Amino acid sequence: MRPLTEEETKTLFLKLSEYIGKNVEKMINRSDERYCFRLMKDRCYYVSESLMKAASSIARDSLLAVGTCIGKFTKSGKFRLHITSLEYLSKYAKYKVWVKQNAEMSFLYGNHITKSGLARMTENTPQYSGVIVYNMADIPMGFGVAAQSTEHCQQLESNGNVVLHQADIGDYLRGLEDDFC
Amino acid sequence: MAGKISKSPKGGRRSPSVEKKGRSTSVESKGGRRSTSVEKKGGRRSTSVGKKGNVENKEPPAAKNRRDSSSSRNDDDDDEAFGNDDEVDDDDMSDDEELEVERQSRLLDARRVEEAEEAEEEYRETIATNTSIYHLPLKEELDKDIDRVVPPSELKSHIESILEVLADFKNRREPERSRKEYVDQLGLFIAELYGYLPELVEYFLTMFSPSEALEFVDYSDKVRPMVIRTNTLKTRRKDLALALMKRGVSLDPLAGWSKVGLKIMESPVPVGATPEYLSGHYMLQSAASMCPVLALAPQPKERVLDMSAAPGGKTSYIAQLMRNTGVIFANDLRSDRQKATVANMHRLGVKNVITCMHDGRKLSKLFKQFKFDRVLLDAPCSGLGVISRDPSVKVQRTIADVKKTAHLQKELLLAAIDVLNHKSKTGGVMVYSTCSISVAENEEVVNYALSKRDIKIIDTELDFGTPAFTRYQQKRFHPSIAKTRRFYPHVHNMDGFYVAKIQKLSDKIKGESEPSKKEDGVDEKSNVDELDAERKTKKDKISVPPTREVNTNKKNDKKKNAKMTKPRRMKVEVN
Repeated sequence: MRPLTEEETKTLFLKLSEYIGKNVEKMINRSDERYCFRLMKDRCYYVSESLMKAASSIARDSLLAVGTCIGKFTKSGKFRLHITSLEYLSKYAKYKVWVKQNAEMSFLYGNHITKSGLARMTENTPQYSGVIVYNMADIPMGFGVAAQSTEHCQQLESNGNVVLHQADIGDYLRGLEDDFC
Repeated sequence: MAGKISKSPKGGRRSPSVEKKGRSTSVESKGGRRSTSVEKKGGRRSTSVGKKGNVENKEPPAAKNRRDSSSSRNDDDDDEAFGNDDEVDDDDMSDDEELEVERQSRLLDARRVEEAEEAEEEYRETIATNTSIYHLPLKEELDKDIDRVVPPSELKSHIESILEVLADFKNRREPERSRKEYVDQLGLFIAELYGYLPELVEYFLTMFSPSEALEFVDYSDKVRPMVIRTNTLKTRRKDLALALMKRGVSLDPLAGWSKVGLKIMESPVPVGATPEYLSGHYMLQSAASMCPVLALAPQPKERVLDMSAAPGGKTSYIAQLMRNTGVIFANDLRSDRQKATVANMHRLGVKNVITCMHDGRKLSKLFKQFKFDRVLLDAPCSGLGVISRDPSVKVQRTIADVKKTAHLQKELLLAAIDVLNHKSKTGGVMVYSTCSISVAENEEVVNYALSKRDIKIIDTELDFGTPAFTRYQQKRFHPSIAKTRRFYPHVHNMDGFYVAKIQKLSDKIKGESEPSKKEDGVDEKSNVDELDAERKTKKDKISVPPTREVNTNKKNDKKKNAKMTKPRRMKVEVN
């Protein structure tokens, strides 16, 4: 377990800001306790400082996970967000999309969201910005990338993609546990 | 007769008040007659019973005789009834209405008498069959048709008869057959009927009474209702129940003792794959596995260790009770299962967990400096309590396995006690639990720890569950072990489970004080004497407050006694 290098921090924050914009700041300067990002086997964890100190007594080989896994650095140096980060992403989300009840399951099986499944959407969402997907009961379901800006979406055909799927909570069932630790 | 019967509907049409009158009069008028008839019958009955009592010992042919006699008696009764009928006709011709009512009530009476006799006959027959002595098949007899596939119905009847014999052994045994023979054979039959290894059933029979053992085995085959636990970090039980009901799931609150449990009665959708599940609003968790956490009662901001955590059901419950504060170490040796723990923690939004994969037995060295306020040891076990979930236990588990796991459990329990901080202001408490019902994995393990460490057993604060054994076969456990709790499928409709809550009193190691000093001596040569002296004084300070002195003396006395009796016990065992 080690702190991120400057370069890694930059890629991570760039990625996070795609989804939560300037709220990244809020993740670092929290009112309750100091939180930090730590790297372990290419995976980045978001941990409270007290927890991080407690974990320092555990050997590297046997330590599996601490706090919340945000995502991992790929071999090419990019950062990939994991579904486990959803809790924080949804808390600070900038652009949101709500799916209809009938499209809910389709998204949970890993499909993109089409116009017909779209219920609501934050106004002024630019194209290719990160969006958090909610169902009608306001439960966060996953996140993706807006395929069109909000205005374009209104003119779209019913089977046109609105949100391109990135990750959803169905990942928990699909045996992608390797992603988390 | 036929004409009268056709009239009877009229009676139905009459106003109720009239009817009542009619009845009351009829009863009065009949009173005398009835009593006489009853007396007659009673007399006859008593004699017949006497006869049968004598006949019964002779078995089947007697039963036939009885049937004949009773049927003839029925005929008599009928005749009698008809005779009365005639009389009534003669007497009461003048008052037609009353007669009608009377006739009906008389017919009713006759029917009642008939029914009563039938019931009695049945009663007698059952007595006859029950008092007949059941022949316990001999070994040779069983060996003869060893290749035959015995139908389950036959096995069942064998089991029932043996249970009956055992219930009234003095009168119903076959002479020259011992109780043990019956019990052993019962074990074999149960094992065959339910597909167990014989030695497992034999083990159950040493713990339970024969009928209870059968009940336990029977209930172990039944599927428990699916139970979910609300994740209060993300939602409330009310909201979750509403959301699930919208999906067509029918559910009920689990029980009075749980504020977060929901019992799933029926569900058209897979409960383990609803969007609510995926977003971490609930966890599938059996009612039994909530109990150890409730007993542990973790407080916010504590330092807690879950020694065998995978797949994290109990860990997340602890986190939920601590409201995501403090630190929880979720340890489990198996890395493949620990991955599920990590996934579950993330899904349920638990943020205060450190997941690691140490050997639980070595944790005491690792956390020498940083001890814990509370420890949960849900020890790996033979799984004899959760046979309904994993039927392979029936044929794969042997008593040797039970002993092996018991050994591991003893090591783990001592390690768990060692990492517990007895000076903790809020805790210093641990819970030991298994999903097994064997004594070797539960009471014996705790009893062993009592003899090795300075601990005491405290109340689990669970108001249900049966107290654990303090005596089992020739073994006698510490009386405080009665405070620990057992849960059974056939009593509580939960998985078989055991929960013990333990308070640590000091770091003292009982029994091994001398060898441990020697070890210290080897480790730290220079400081030995000083350190030892310090330790001694410290121990003295802790362990000898004036009030406790008496107790310690008593304990010593007990120990002496135990030493005295031990050789005797050994002799018994040898015999």
